[in-house]
Amino acid sequence: MIIKQISIFLENVAGRLAEVTKLLAKHEINLRAMTIADTADFGILRIVVDQPDKAVKALRDGGFTAKTTEVLAVEVEDRPGGLAKVMEIFQQNHVNIEYLYVSLEKNKDKAVVIFKVEDLKLGEKIVEEHGLGGKVTL
Amino acid sequence: MIWNPEAECMPTEQRRRLQLAHLKNLVERVYEKVPFYRKKFQQAGITPKDIRSLEDIQKIPFTTKDELRETYPYGLLAVPEAEIEEVHMSSGTTGTPVVDAYTKKDIEVWSESMARTLSMAGTTRNDIIQNAYGYGLFTGGLGVHYGAKLIGANIIPMSSGNTSKQILVMRDFKTTILTCTPSYSLFLAEAAKEEGVDIRSLSLKAGCFGAEPWSENMRKEIEEKLGLDAYDIYGLTEITGPGVSSECEMKNGLHINEDFFYPEVIDPETGKVLPDGAKGELVFTTLVKEGTPLLRYRTRDITFLFHDNCPCGRTTVKMHRLFGRTDDMLIIRGVNVFPSQIEQILMAVEGTDPHYLIVVDRGASHLDELEIMVEVESKFFTDETKGLEIIRSKIEHEIKSKLGISAKIKLVEPKTIERSIGKAKRVIDKRKI
Repeated sequence: MIIKQISIFLENVAGRLAEVTKLLAKHEINLRAMTIADTADFGILRIVVDQPDKAVKALRDGGFTAKTTEVLAVEVEDRPGGLAKVMEIFQQNHVNIEYLYVSLEKNKDKAVVIFKVEDLKLGEKIVEEHGLGGKVTL
Repeated sequence: MIWNPEAECMPTEQRRRLQLAHLKNLVERVYEKVPFYRKKFQQAGITPKDIRSLEDIQKIPFTTKDELRETYPYGLLAVPEAEIEEVHMSSGTTGTPVVDAYTKKDIEVWSESMARTLSMAGTTRNDIIQNAYGYGLFTGGLGVHYGAKLIGANIIPMSSGNTSKQILVMRDFKTTILTCTPSYSLFLAEAAKEEGVDIRSLSLKAGCFGAEPWSENMRKEIEEKLGLDAYDIYGLTEITGPGVSSECEMKNGLHINEDFFYPEVIDPETGKVLPDGAKGELVFTTLVKEGTPLLRYRTRDITFLFHDNCPCGRTTVKMHRLFGRTDDMLIIRGVNVFPSQIEQILMAVEGTDPHYLIVVDRGASHLDELEIMVEVESKFFTDETKGLEIIRSKIEHEIKSKLGISAKIKLVEPKTIERSIGKAKRVIDKRKI
């Protein structure tokens, strides 16, 4: 399924990440997944939360540059070869991946992986067709 | 070493008579040949006949850099185009260049001015001049070149950059006179050290340094590190290029070649002419210029004029080393840059009104370093680092190609750049000059 991810621009300065997490805590927003892409001078924090709209507003009000992007949440079997199976389906159907990371979500024996794909609609279609898009509650 | 004692040591009264004759001739020429000036005179309600003494120059309206741009390229030409033998230009705030067009005689005057400048630093026909000012539209390279030719010295036209070769040539051809920007001279000294060359033990005896602001402290450092006498030289493209004024061996103020370039210092607010010793904006009238003569051109440079019976024997008026500018122009590695030019580039790349801060510093390399801090706006922010990297390199590329300087772009979070009430502070100049 398609979910909202929030990206936040961070300078490479000590304590910036702590300020983001503090702000989210203050607004009682629960983090479900996170990853950081970094360069020498700056980083981009990507998060998935339970209340994305509230989170974006809180972050912007708090002086951060934040943006919402739609990404795919995909259920992956939590056993050897689980991710390999999904990747093979993506490869065969030409779903190009920009990046991926793992969420804290877990439905029984399945893990939830967040995919940023080049063509979101195509990605969603393939995920649905192969029964990988079970309801993910965040 | 006085290149032209007759002109440079002329009794003041005699020189004033000469200046007045030149001024009258100039005013008549531009009134007749340049519609831009005729209109200016008419608006001010004067004709060339109203200029009867040197003081009468104050009746003439000023000419500004904006007007030079409005008349680009040849609106101020006072001779038929066929008379022009060379053209130089420097960049302006809006990207429209400021043009100086020279006739044969203008080149002769320029050569003479630069021969005087180089002679003040002790240059004779026996010297070997290594000219590391850029050759091209910039006036530094060819200005020094013409002066050296007139003296008959050996000129090595290195142009700027190519540091390893500069050191090699300096050593193998026994350079005695170095001409470049003051910061590049220090850069050369560092580079020589790294290459194991003791620059102090080479044949250098003097350097003519200009095209950017520098200080007494920097002079000490240059003289210490390069083992030469460092002289300040001044000029600007609009007036002729280098050769407008320069220091003699007293190193106390720059002698203005006032038989060619008539100086005034004015209060930049009221336009009133100020007396000797009073700091204000420097204004020049090109007394003998044929191609693109300028009447009372406002340089935006701040200094004061003084007469001090200089022990060198020259009687020409002097100007103090520059104190700064009346506008926000920055000189970075000899290139004139206005913050507004950078702002335009940022706007073009981002499609938004950016919050930015320009930081100029001289690092360990002694060369000017330009860093531009740009706040990341939601508009151009994406979830991927490559999106921001592309914007960053695009800005760097645009600045390089449009302004001819390298800048480091640092992306920062919103609101990290201080907001001030009223006029935003766009520039922090950390250079100790």
